[in-house]
Order: sequence, then C-alpha cells, then structure tokens
Amino acid sequence: MSTATLEAQSTDAAIQSFTVTFLIRRFDPDVDTEPRWQDFDVEMYATDRVLDALHKIKWEQDGSLTFRRSCAHGICGSDAMRINGRNRLACKTLIKDLDISKPIYVEAIKGLPLEKDLIVDMEPFFASFREVQPFLVANSKPEAGKERVQSVAERAIFDDTTKCILCAACTSSCPVFWTDGQYFGPAAIVNAHRFIFDSRDDNAQTRLDILNDKEGVWRCRTTFNCTEACPRGIEVTKAIAEVKQAVMRGKP
Amino acid sequence: MPETSAGTLTAPAKPAKQKPGGTLYRGREGMWSWVLHRITGVAIFFFLLVHILDTALVRVSPEAYNAVIGTYQTPIMGLGEVALVGAIVFHAFNGLRVILVDFWSWATRHQKVLFYIVIALWVVTMLAFTPRHLINVFSH
Repeated sequence: MSTATLEAQSTDAAIQSFTVTFLIRRFDPDVDTEPRWQDFDVEMYATDRVLDALHKIKWEQDGSLTFRRSCAHGICGSDAMRINGRNRLACKTLIKDLDISKPIYVEAIKGLPLEKDLIVDMEPFFASFREVQPFLVANSKPEAGKERVQSVAERAIFDDTTKCILCAACTSSCPVFWTDGQYFGPAAIVNAHRFIFDSRDDNAQTRLDILNDKEGVWRCRTTFNCTEACPRGIEVTKAIAEVKQAVMRGKP
Repeated sequence: MPETSAGTLTAPAKPAKQKPGGTLYRGREGMWSWVLHRITGVAIFFFLLVHILDTALVRVSPEAYNAVIGTYQTPIMGLGEVALVGAIVFHAFNGLRVILVDFWSWATRHQKVLFYIVIALWVVTMLAFTPRHLINVFSH
C-alpha cells in the first residue's frame, strides 16, 4: 500500500490526482464546549488511504489535528473511526472506494467518551475485554516435552475470532452499546468466544456465566452493524449467536 | 482559536458551519430491520394498552364501551387499522427472521436475504389485506 503511494507521487503526470474535501469533526477540550465540523481540501490519489489524508492535513495544514495510528497497515487497530457514517480503519479505507464528489465525513467512533478530535477514551472498552478473561486457562498438564494437542477441526471452530485486533470498530457500531455503555459489546464477546470454544481451555463455564449476565450476550439485537464494521471480516454476530447457544446448552 | 488565551473555556464565536452533532450511523439492512422492529413493537404495545383499556370499559358500563367502539368505525380509524396491521405483520415476520438468525447459522450468514424476504412477504400480505379492508371501511 505504501509503495503505491510513493509511485504515485514520483510518476506525476501519468497518474491523476483529485482534490478531496474532508469534513472532520474536531473537538479540543481546552477550547470547545461542543465538537465542531471543519473542512480541509487535500490533494489525493485514488490509491491513497484516508489515513494519508489525515497525515497530509496534520503535516501540511493543521498540526493540531489529533488522531491515533500506530502500524498504519490494518494490524494494530489504532485508527478506527467513523468514515462517511460507518466505522472503518482509516488505514484500510482507500480514496477510490469513497465517493469523492461529496465531502468525506470523518469523526471519532461513537459510544466512548470523546477526548480530542478523533481520539476517544478506550478504557471502558478494554475493561469489558478484561472482564471476559481473554487468556488461556488450562488445568491439564501436557506430557513432558509435549504441547497440548489440538486437531485441525477443533482449531477451525474458533479460527474466525482469533483475528480480532481490538480496534473497537464493532463495539462502537452497536446501537445497544451507544445507549447502554454497560453492555459487554461485540469485541469482548468475540474474545470470549475465542477461548470458550478452544478445546485446550478449561474455563469456558466461567466465561459463559459472565456473559449470561443482564449486560451480556442477551443484549445483542442482531443488527449486524458489528459484522459490517469489522475490518478483519470476522462474522461477529455469528460468534455472538454461538455464544448465546452455548449459554443455553450450558456448555460450549 | 489562536485568540483564545489558555485557561479560558470559551466556545468559538460561531462555528463556521452549523451542522448536526454527528452523522447518522449508516447501518445496513440489519440495523434498519432492528429500528423498524423496535418502532413497530412500541407502536403495537401502545395499541394493546389502549385496546385493553377500552375493552375493560365494558366492566364500567356497556354504554361507555359502545360509545368508544363507535368512534372506531370512522374512516380515519380504518386507515389507522391499515397502519396497525402493517406494523403487526412486519413485526411478526421479522420476529421469525430474528429467531432464525439466532438459532440457525445459515440464517445468520444470509440475514440480508431474509430481510428482503420479510419485506416481500409484508408487501404480499398488505396487498391482499389493504384493498379488501378499505372496501369494507369506505362502503358502509
């Protein structure tokens, strides 16, 4: 992706650039009482990403623009934001996939406390994540010098939910989470699913009890916003449905 | 805001653009089916509430009951009944869809198709019901 950007800049005449208008929802807690929209015109190539536009704005137009990004390649999950009203990773959203005849709206994800510009306080999100015990709890001892054996079929059951990067795109796309911040949210349930259905793990029952709570899986209204939003293509709602059924069966 | 000195908590004089708070989240079929399900559900709840109250009136006095039921025979109420049946039909079909989505992994994957099936069934049901109902309403 980054090489494409470099090429585009060097072979200037051949590749067409576009002026793209970005409307960014700004909020400076020191000055503003309420977020406000600010527009920026940025020269972009079709192969650029929304993250490149944010960089251009920050580096060339307004250094006070604040946003998170770390790896910039869709792995770290730092730059989830609402782009044209949908939760996306800025580093995985290409300009060519957006309608640039209209301004592109960029704002912070919803449902978490807004700190500055595109940055929200992720702590409530990580608190829910920690609560579901997202780590292997194994009571069995593998034979000396051996690992815990797992068949390919057993691994495939939870393969989808191992892909989560904790970007909060799913949780902050959930209408239930917007109105009820106590709800565990899709991401926490996905990470519980990853261990509940792991044949090496022995603590599924505890996690199922935690998620059988009033604010647990039963809050899910199957709006599929989480599945739509997930930048890793995890079938989040399906994972939640599987956890619901496991709670009803009383075992994974 | 370069002119605002540090420490003073003042909003910018007038934001360049008077825009709404945030954009509406652009969910897809799943979210809108849920929104419709919620709206129809609340509407049906209030109908049932009123319906139980007016039925309970018969315990107060049959005359009062007849008077209230008489007001329901107007064409406006007839149109309201179309809306009521529309809400119930959608809520019923979509409720079946939600059950399938929760219990059957195939349906979880194909919820969008199921949503359009719900809409199609709703249209068919309403096409069968509405003309017949309105003929009754407006011909007596």
